[in-house]
Order: sequence, then structure tokens, then C-alpha cells
Amino acid sequence: MKQKLEIKGGKKLLDGRDSSNADEENAVVKARAKQKYKEGFVTDIESYTLPPGLSEGTIRQISTFKNEPDWLLEYRLDAFRKWQQMEQPNWAKLNIPPIDFQAISYYSSPAANKENAPKSLEEVDPKLLETYDKLGVPLHERERLAGVAVDAVFDSVSVGTTFKAELEKVGVIFSSFSEAVHDHPELVKQYLGSVVPSSDNYFAALNAAVFSDGSFVYIPKGVRCPMELSTYFRINAINTGQFERTLIVADEGAYVSYLEGCTAPMRDENQLHAAVVELVAMDDAKIKYSTVQNWYPGDEEGKGGIYNFVTKRGNCLGKNSKISWTQVETGSAITWKYPSCILRGDNSSGEFYSVALTNNYQQADTGTKMIHLGKNTKSTVISKGISVGKSQNAYRGLVRVAKKADHARNFTQCDSLLIGKSCGAHTFPYTESANMTAKLEHEATTSKISEDQLNYCLQRGISEEDAISLIVDGFCKEVFKELPMEFAVEAKALLDISLEGAIG
Amino acid sequence: MLKINDVYAKAGDKEILKGLSLEVKPGEVHAIMGPNGAGKSTLGNLLAGMPHVEATQGSVDFLGKDLLDLEPEERAAEGVFLAFQYPVEIPGVNNMYFLRTALNAQRKYRGEEPMDSAQFLRMVKQKIKDMNMRDDLLKRPVNVGFSGGEKKRNEVFQMGVLEPKLAILDETDSGLDIDALKIVSDGVNQLRSSDRSFIIITHYQRLLDHIEPDYVHVLADGKIVKSGTKKLALELEEQGYGWLNQ
Repeated sequence: MKQKLEIKGGKKLLDGRDSSNADEENAVVKARAKQKYKEGFVTDIESYTLPPGLSEGTIRQISTFKNEPDWLLEYRLDAFRKWQQMEQPNWAKLNIPPIDFQAISYYSSPAANKENAPKSLEEVDPKLLETYDKLGVPLHERERLAGVAVDAVFDSVSVGTTFKAELEKVGVIFSSFSEAVHDHPELVKQYLGSVVPSSDNYFAALNAAVFSDGSFVYIPKGVRCPMELSTYFRINAINTGQFERTLIVADEGAYVSYLEGCTAPMRDENQLHAAVVELVAMDDAKIKYSTVQNWYPGDEEGKGGIYNFVTKRGNCLGKNSKISWTQVETGSAITWKYPSCILRGDNSSGEFYSVALTNNYQQADTGTKMIHLGKNTKSTVISKGISVGKSQNAYRGLVRVAKKADHARNFTQCDSLLIGKSCGAHTFPYTESANMTAKLEHEATTSKISEDQLNYCLQRGISEEDAISLIVDGFCKEVFKELPMEFAVEAKALLDISLEGAIG
Repeated sequence: MLKINDVYAKAGDKEILKGLSLEVKPGEVHAIMGPNGAGKSTLGNLLAGMPHVEATQGSVDFLGKDLLDLEPEERAAEGVFLAFQYPVEIPGVNNMYFLRTALNAQRKYRGEEPMDSAQFLRMVKQKIKDMNMRDDLLKRPVNVGFSGGEKKRNEVFQMGVLEPKLAILDETDSGLDIDALKIVSDGVNQLRSSDRSFIIITHYQRLLDHIEPDYVHVLADGKIVKSGTKKLALELEEQGYGWLNQ
């Protein structure tokens, strides 16, 4: 296959002819696929940025900016001390260049937001609104995304949250993390660090020490959140890390679907993103968390890109609760991320659906942990890894069944697709079962797009480029169908962009 | 419609076609028969532009164009269809979506408007009914988990949807039981028209009982050694290919 692709690729891509698919969905996909990393622009905005460096002083400064209560400052300082005692983990199948934590700035905010966050969207700097417009996430009153409430996080601060009033009417709290600290301190205090303790791992400790903002969601008992909630994370400032924290609590019988998107400018320097997401589901509650991760991946030579070290974990605390993670990971130079579920409540269930595509010199080590503690707990893991170019893509998963978790069940399926011969796919599945009644199933496949498949498509009139996208799309289908509709379209478009250069 | 002039072609490193000539006029059905290894499938692959087959000499004219100069997907859009001997599975891609992508890619090449999903759905539903096939064929992923017969039926169905000008059937009858053979050949017969031609590559005469050819050619050692009418196929059936070498 390689040989053939080399002969044909260059000419094919240059002749400008692209085949069309009828439906609008594909028109959108195609239009998006023509642009490379269209989110790679920089917003020219006056910002207030802390000088690089990390010390107790830095943390006190951040806490002061945010006018935080003492307990939170203590929480941060405690985490910082723990972090100082820890070593950066190196067990992942990643080649991580040394990170100079003193060379990073830990806080950057649009100047106007330095002290007083805008009270309403009308007060938000028009340049910021414009930025989110350009990213396809309109925040203005008139053009808001229908049916989706957005919290927009720009560098270290949340710059606006839409539909807040509408959500309040049904008792749903959706706000920036900083606001929640002031408006709902009891909830934040109760749940912050309850799923991912600050001592959990190196990057979680760092985040707990320096996190600057993020989103907070609380869905009260019996409420089905009337719209999708989402956070759009944007890194803009140079030499700045983004450390945000998301905390979602679904009370008894509540339901919420939450979406997360992220982008950053194209820069030659690497930037660090270390987030923590905590989910808590009470009895009969359901949380569906979807991510389309499109941080700048670096260029064709592997220069620049985001280092993405993220700890995401959900606690199925209540009976019959359910937490479902769906992620489409196409961005970042390095991805280190394992959205997990602790299945504590009896009959609770966890799901992890993932598509991770790496191209050029990208590296991804991603997967999940399903920790079965309650009886009759159930977990499903579907992972699709696609490796292109010279990239390395690893699935790492742990399924653990505790002694008391009678009749726990897990189904894991990891499939890898290789395009070209210079890339790598790796699978590291771990299972630990301490209960004889557990039923664990694991399926894994590694395949290549075969020449026969390509020829078949070509013979029916489909160009090579479209054929690869069609085959990859088919490969990812089980995951895409878990995504909310608009997100699925976005995800498909992203894959097409990321596949660019896969042939030739 | 199609004029193959003294073509030599290699499959991989091996020279397979050695001076093959053939002319097919609109509406004609030509059967290509011959022993194993004679180059029958190579001929189909050459016409469809499959990358592992390369012409070293000669020319192929298709409706005034030099076919060998076109990319495989361009040939498809110009009206060349190959029903594969071993149809390929594409997991996760449903047959209908696949076909619509193919049809609209071809239409775009020809400067025609794309067909929207509603139009397309109406069209395929009608076709599948006309061809006596079950419409679960549409929803299933391309050829995945299909039986041998279903795969071949799917090839003929795709042919019906794409409406090629020249359809090449590469041993479409192999592995079919008599019922499947009938459905497949009924499908082909429905598609016969004065402006559509067929090249039917087959090992056995029995397919020609169902699809009556205008001409029968015997391909041996890379060229056509004998041509005739349907009677030739019957003679071959009786006497085998051995007598051709004498």
C-alpha cells in the first residue's frame, strides 16, 4: 500500500478536485476539512499575566486575585507541598521532553477580568466575543447556540457563561468555578478533591495548587438538565499553562449531558495544559461527558503543540448511577489522559468511548480505569486508536474488580488502525479481579486500511482521500454514535483535517 | 464503446496479457472464458485501473477517451463498473451511505448535481424491489458478514444503482447456488440495454444459460485465441479447453 500511496498521493491532493457527498453534514465536514488548524490564531488582547515561576508566592497571588476564602488557599498550598515531594510519572509510552515548571506563567487573564469578572455578557470585551465567534461558539444574546449553554474559559479565567438565568429557574447551577467558590462554597468544599484527591498524581497535585478557573455544575434531585452544558477552553497567551478544574455533581435521579471543547493558537513553543475533571453521580443519576479535544498538535515536523496531562474521573457514588465518557482526541503534541469511573454504588455503570487519532509526531497514551466496588456493577470500554504518519498511539486500560463487587461485568474492545508504516499502535490492558463472579471480556484488533478496501472504493468512483475518510469514519462509528449530534459532525470534520497528509 | 488494441500488461512483475485485442459495441454482451491463469481477471482489473495491473504496450479506447490515462475513480465516473470476484468488507460503513458517496462522487465528476438523501432513498428502494433483493442489504455495513451469495448480489445491486455504461463481471457466478445465480443473472438481464455493454468473465458455461451473450471469446495465455457465438461456450463445456492448444 505504501508504495502506491507515494506514487499517487501528491498529484491527487494538488489537483483540487474533491468528491462530494450529498448531505449537508458532509458539506460541513468538507468545508472544515479544507482548513488546516483554523483555530490556530491569536487574539490580540491586553492581558494581565503573572511572570513565569512557581512558588508559594505564586499560589498566594492567584488566590488573592480570585479573592478566595482561606480554606481554598490552604487546599492549594497543601497540594503544592505534596507536588514538591512527587516525581513526574514516566510509565506511559510517551517520550516527554523535560518540562521547566519555572519557565511557565501560571496565570493570565484578559486585563479587564483581572479583578472583577464581567457580571453579564454585555460587559465582556468584544474582542473575546469575536474570538469565540471565530471558534464557532457564539456567546452573544442573539446568536447563542440553541439548546447549549456555554461557559467560556479564556486562558486562566472564565469570561462568560450563557443561559445561566434559564438554568437557575430549574435549580441547575452552571457557573465558572471561581463564582461557585463564592456563591456555593458548601458544595465546592464538599466535593472538591473528593474524586481526584490532590495527592492523586503529579499533574493532579499541580492542578490543585494552581488551578485558576473552570466550570461548576450542580443538578438538583430529580432534575433533567433541560439543555446540553458545555465549556469551551481556549489557550491564548504565550508561555502560559492552562490549569482548569471542572466539578459536576448530579444529585439523586438527575441527568446532565456535558460537552467540552478545546483549542489553542499555533506556536513553536510547547504549552502545558493540566486539567482535573471530577464527576459525582448520586443514586439513579446519570452524567454524560463528551470531549472533542483539538489542542494545537504541533506542525508536520513535530514542533510546538500542547502537552495535555489531564486527570478525569467520575464517582458513581449512588445506586444505579451511570457515568459515560466519550472522547474524540485529535489534538495535542502529547496526550496523557485516562477518564475513569469508580463504580461504588450497587448496579452502577461506567462507559468509556474513545477515538484517538495521532498524526505526524503526535503521541497519545490514553485509556480508562474502571474500578468495580459495588455489586452488579457494569462497565463498557470501546477504544479506537488511529495512527498516521510517525505518530505513536497507545491504549492503556485498567479494569479492577474488588472483593465485594459480586457479579461485576466488563466488556472492553480496543481496535487500532494503522495508516502508513512509520506509526505505532500499542495496547496495554490490565485486569485485576478479586471476585470469582466477575465476568470480564476483552477484544482487541489491529488492522491496516487494506489496499483492497481502497481499490474497492476507487472503483466505485470515490477518491483515495475520501475513501480513507470513509473507512476511518466507519472504524469510529461505535464511538461517534455516542456523541451528541452537533458534536459528531464536528468530530468527523476534525478527523478529516487530522488525516490530512495521511496519503502521499 | 470499448476498443482494446494489442494490449500487453503485467500484474506485479509477471506479464499476463500478451497482445489482447477486443472490441465491444454499445448494447453487446461479451463473455470471456478460458482456463485458470489465462489472464481473465487481469483483463477486468486492467480496464478498471486497479493499481497492481500495468499496461506496458497497446491502447484502450473507451468512448473516445484513452482509458489507460485515467485514474480508477475517473474511469468509474466515465461509466466503467467492475463487479469484483471477491468483494471487500468495509466495517462500520453502511451500504447505502457508501453507495450514495460513490454515486455523488461520480455525478460531481460528470458535472451533475448531487442527489439528496430523500431522492436517493426513493431510487434505491425502487431498485432493490425491481431486483428482487431484500432491503436489509441497504442498512448493513458494506459486505460485512455477507454470505458469498449476498456479496455477489450486492455487486449487482451496486451496478444497478450506479448505472454504468460498461459493466465487467469478474466470475460473479463463482460460489453461487442456483437460486442466487438466478437472482444475480435476473439483475443483470434487467440492466441490459442498447447503450450498456457487458463483459462477463466466467469459468463455466452455466451462467451463460441465464445471461445470453452476443459473443463468446476464449482467452488463453494472455490473448484471445478463439471467438464465436453462444455455441462456442457449449463446445467448451463439452470438450474443455485442452483442444484449443492442438
